[in-house]
Amino acid sequence: MDDMRLVERDVNQLHSKIEAKGVQVYYGEKQALKDVDVSILDRTVTAFIGPSGCGKSTFLRCLNRMNDTVASARVMGSIQIDGEDIYDARVDPVQLRAKVGMVFQKPNPFPKSIYDNVAYGPKIHGLATGKAELDAIVESSLRKAALWNEVKDRLDASGTGLSGGQQQRLCIARAVATSPEVLLMDEPCSALDPIATAQVEELIDELRSQFSVVIVTHSMQQAARVSQKTAFFHLGSLVEYGETGQIFTSPKDPRTEAYITGRIG
Amino acid sequence: MSDATAANPMPAAAPARGKTSLYTQDALTRRRNAAEARFKMYGLVAIVVSLLVLAVMLFTIFRDGTSAFRQATIAFPITLEAETLDPAGARNPEDLAKVTTIGYGNLIGRQFANYLTAEGIVVDGISDKDISGMISRDAPGRLRDMVLADPSLIGQTIDFSAYATGRIDGYLKGRVTLDTAELDSNVSVEQLQLADILTERGILSIAFNMGFLTNPDASDQRPESAGLGIAIIGSLYMMMLVLIFTLPVGVAASIYLEEFAPKNKLTDLIEVNISNLAAVPSIVFGILGLAIFINFAGLPQSSSLVGALVISLMTLPTIIIATRAAIRAVPPSIRDAALGVGASKMQTVFHHVLPLAMPGILTGTILGLASALGETAPLLLIGMVAFVTNYPAGPLDGGVMDPATALPVQVYSWASRSDPAFIERSSGAIIVLLAFLVIMNVAAILLRRRFERRW
Amino acid sequence: MSVFLLLAIVAILSVAGFVLCRQRALKQAGGTARNLHSLPNYYGWFGFIMASVPAVLVLAVWMIGQPLFIERQLSGFFPAEMIEDDAARTLLFADVRRVASGLDVAVAQGALTEDEANNIRTEFGSVRDRLATVGVALGSEVTPPVLQAAQDYREMSRVGAVGRTILTFVLSIGGLILAIRATNPEFRARNRVEQVVLALLILSSTIAILTTVGIVLSMLTESLRFFTMYPAADFFFSLTWSPNFRGNSELGLLPLLWGTLYISFVSMLVAVPIGLFSAIYLAEYASNRVRSIVKPLIEVIAGIPTVVFGLFALVTVGPFLRDYFAQPLGLGNSGSSVMTAGIVIGILNIPFISSLADDIINAVPQSMRDGSLGLGATKSETIRKVVLPAALPGIMGAVLMAASRAIGETMIVTMGAGAAARLDLNPFQAMTTITVKIVSQLTGDTEFNSPETLVAFALGMSLFVITLALNILALIIVRKYREQYE
Repeated sequence: MDDMRLVERDVNQLHSKIEAKGVQVYYGEKQALKDVDVSILDRTVTAFIGPSGCGKSTFLRCLNRMNDTVASARVMGSIQIDGEDIYDARVDPVQLRAKVGMVFQKPNPFPKSIYDNVAYGPKIHGLATGKAELDAIVESSLRKAALWNEVKDRLDASGTGLSGGQQQRLCIARAVATSPEVLLMDEPCSALDPIATAQVEELIDELRSQFSVVIVTHSMQQAARVSQKTAFFHLGSLVEYGETGQIFTSPKDPRTEAYITGRIG
Repeated sequence: MSDATAANPMPAAAPARGKTSLYTQDALTRRRNAAEARFKMYGLVAIVVSLLVLAVMLFTIFRDGTSAFRQATIAFPITLEAETLDPAGARNPEDLAKVTTIGYGNLIGRQFANYLTAEGIVVDGISDKDISGMISRDAPGRLRDMVLADPSLIGQTIDFSAYATGRIDGYLKGRVTLDTAELDSNVSVEQLQLADILTERGILSIAFNMGFLTNPDASDQRPESAGLGIAIIGSLYMMMLVLIFTLPVGVAASIYLEEFAPKNKLTDLIEVNISNLAAVPSIVFGILGLAIFINFAGLPQSSSLVGALVISLMTLPTIIIATRAAIRAVPPSIRDAALGVGASKMQTVFHHVLPLAMPGILTGTILGLASALGETAPLLLIGMVAFVTNYPAGPLDGGVMDPATALPVQVYSWASRSDPAFIERSSGAIIVLLAFLVIMNVAAILLRRRFERRW
Repeated sequence: MSVFLLLAIVAILSVAGFVLCRQRALKQAGGTARNLHSLPNYYGWFGFIMASVPAVLVLAVWMIGQPLFIERQLSGFFPAEMIEDDAARTLLFADVRRVASGLDVAVAQGALTEDEANNIRTEFGSVRDRLATVGVALGSEVTPPVLQAAQDYREMSRVGAVGRTILTFVLSIGGLILAIRATNPEFRARNRVEQVVLALLILSSTIAILTTVGIVLSMLTESLRFFTMYPAADFFFSLTWSPNFRGNSELGLLPLLWGTLYISFVSMLVAVPIGLFSAIYLAEYASNRVRSIVKPLIEVIAGIPTVVFGLFALVTVGPFLRDYFAQPLGLGNSGSSVMTAGIVIGILNIPFISSLADDIINAVPQSMRDGSLGLGATKSETIRKVVLPAALPGIMGAVLMAASRAIGETMIVTMGAGAAARLDLNPFQAMTTITVKIVSQLTGDTEFNSPETLVAFALGMSLFVITLALNILALIIVRKYREQYE
């Protein structure tokens, strides 16, 4: 397979964080994902691109088992994080999701204060033993999400009162607060204006230093701007996976080329 | 992103948990999962409790009530002696009418005792009063009516079948036992022994009792002859009137509010009013009916007309709410299409919107009527709890002005009497009421299925 | 001429109006509907409406107004002290009407001539006896002023009937002629007809307001009458309720209010947890299949008439609580009790709370749940910490509405709570409620002139105010909550 060779030729020294092999997803009778093999690296931004309905979001939601919440969804194949199969019967999705955080398409802060939004994860996972520790986690998470300076004086204000871009960064802070190892982002900028998008994109680049970031986007420009590796999905299959530069400049598959030149999509 | 960089190098504020395997659950996760299981169980318990209570309620009602449809009757030949029933001997109707039910009662008692002696049925220590006391006090009246309707019967011997009294009936149904009879002044142990023999000989038997559905109510001493006839007629009249009153008005009001009403103070007031009326306790409507329809307008107490007026006012908000939902469900494109070919607003509504909304409106109306059928409290206040033994006249002969009662009210008035036989009747009345409700609800569901439209 | 005949004639004229106007419009248009402004039927309907609506409206007003007018005129016959009191006045005029209709019957049967009926005097012998011969039973002998008034009543009614007939005729025919004259091809018949229909629609929609006005007025006037006979302060603050139809009653609201609130409280203890947890389970845990079976089953409870619950309380729940709880615990031996009524009302309210809560929980956006689950929260943590707080205002609204239903519930308390007004804490004691007392004071043969009867209206007013306040509060909360997501 072409794309697997690409990964092997990868000069990057980082080790593989997530290994997916033969992943298939069915929603009821309908197959949404066909035989996806992919290896996602640590401390890298990996972008999933493709036309809508191509299965990129479905695959993303397999990585922290969010598909479990959809009654009709069935996942087959193996997905390993650090060598452990996340669909193993012994794995508790609750613990998994603490390790693999997620940011959604539409900013979805809880109708609580900014502080409580960020503290929610650490509280339920018992990450802080006292108020001081919790305060520290909230502050560092908000800093990581580049939101601290804007909200430090109104931590008690409602999270829903922030602007769209701030809300999305709050959601990122909320995800970061449980100190995950992988951060999944499902079109995090699709509901934001260009300025807010730029802020979030810049943030994603910085998050790379600590997390393995997987971002789904329908914007090729965004993929080109923020990611190091890109995977192109089409009609439920992974068509091509490789260095972002290579995908955009010299795609190997004619379908990829058709997509990035705007002929399909 | 100045503040992010400024915070670098970031101390691991969140204490990095040691590399834990996903395959093992830590203590906290186990605790959280236990809490999860408990929480889910509470939900399950809540549902099981609700359904269990429903099941117990229906079970007790059917357990107590089904026997109301069966009734013990005593059948024996009776000779209609001319010397007792027509002393004048001229078969003159006026003379015949002078013989009261007491006379007929004596005749029945005597003939029954004679019949038992002739058949050789003897129970030690039983008095003649006990023997005649096994036959319902309803029997003399019925026999008298038979004779007055057909005087040629006098002098003949006919097969007469009479209701057994409530206690004997209860004995055959297992409600009365020899033990309870010892403590009961209304029935003696000997009577029950006699009942056993009569059952063996086939004189006393238990069978389906149509009278429960057709008879009028009866007094405290005659539970065996109490029936739902008037209650069913009253409820039927009321439902018909409620339909006639509420459907046109409800539809007209809904059309105005959905299609024509400008957004102003008045329509706001109407909207708030409708939603508040839907929440006013039903007894308050009873007070309204008493004060306005009976005291002020002078309509007759206990009549189905007043009951229907009160219940219509109660049901109207429900019907308006359902109708508005049905009208709203018709997509605007239909209206645009009609207006686009030059129809007036009124024509659009009456030619296109209303026909399309009709199934929804009818479904809502049937459901509204179903809940109206079970209303009790307001009817108590307008006198429908009264003891009515005359059937109301036909609906076109002004029967809606005649005193009547209603099914749920009959349930209540029987339940408040002391004789346990009336609890059986009360439960039986509920079964009839529930049967009507089931029919109406099934009709509504079928209607919805048949005409359901997805836009 | 009877009203029925009059209406029949108006109906015939209206149909004639329909036919005539329609024909005239078509004829003037040369037989082709194309030349008309509106469809021919609209001209017909215009004729119909013109011939019927004004005539019927005036007839209705006349029929309501005539008795009031006559009554006022007749007041002159009686000394002021006889009609001072409202109740006496009502009785008096009922007598007058009965005598008048008795005379009518007598004339109709030929027992009296029209002349005799007008001139009969009490001095010539008993009017009561003469009327009795034609089957009109009067409670007491007719006094001269009553007879005089009855005769005048008949005379005025007769004149009124003639006036009514003439006026109705004139209006109907006049409307018909106007409609025919107005009919020509340019006449905008459709617009006129639609205006009338619109007026009818508006009229229908105001019935809701009229009902409310009727409720408030009927209870307010009777309550005020009550407060003229019984001091308001005693009603609102007295701690005893002991009505006595011979007078000297103590009619304190507080013991009834206590019973009402206590029973409602118990019912909420049953309904809120069970209803809420059922809703949570159905909305968040149950599979579609389970949901599609269980939800309608729970709603069946809501479709069962309350009198059925009443019987259940009386026959099953009451004796059960008495035999297994109250007696062993030494808390009393009454089947009717606060617990009995409270539990059964709670059961009645389970589907109410659960279906409202279900709607409200489902209205919380899925993205909220995803956000929480994506952070590794368990389902119950998501529900408790995210969904429920977000749905809280709506659920509060639902709970308030359920409380208002519990307070206004009548049949279950009538059959399961008892009749003794008591200020007590023991939940196994029989207590009584506002609604029970409204029923007991107003059923049976009652005259509306004693405080013991009229107190029911004051109780009804209190009940109306309490439930209305709760509902308005609930509506405000729910409306606020809806805005949050819209």
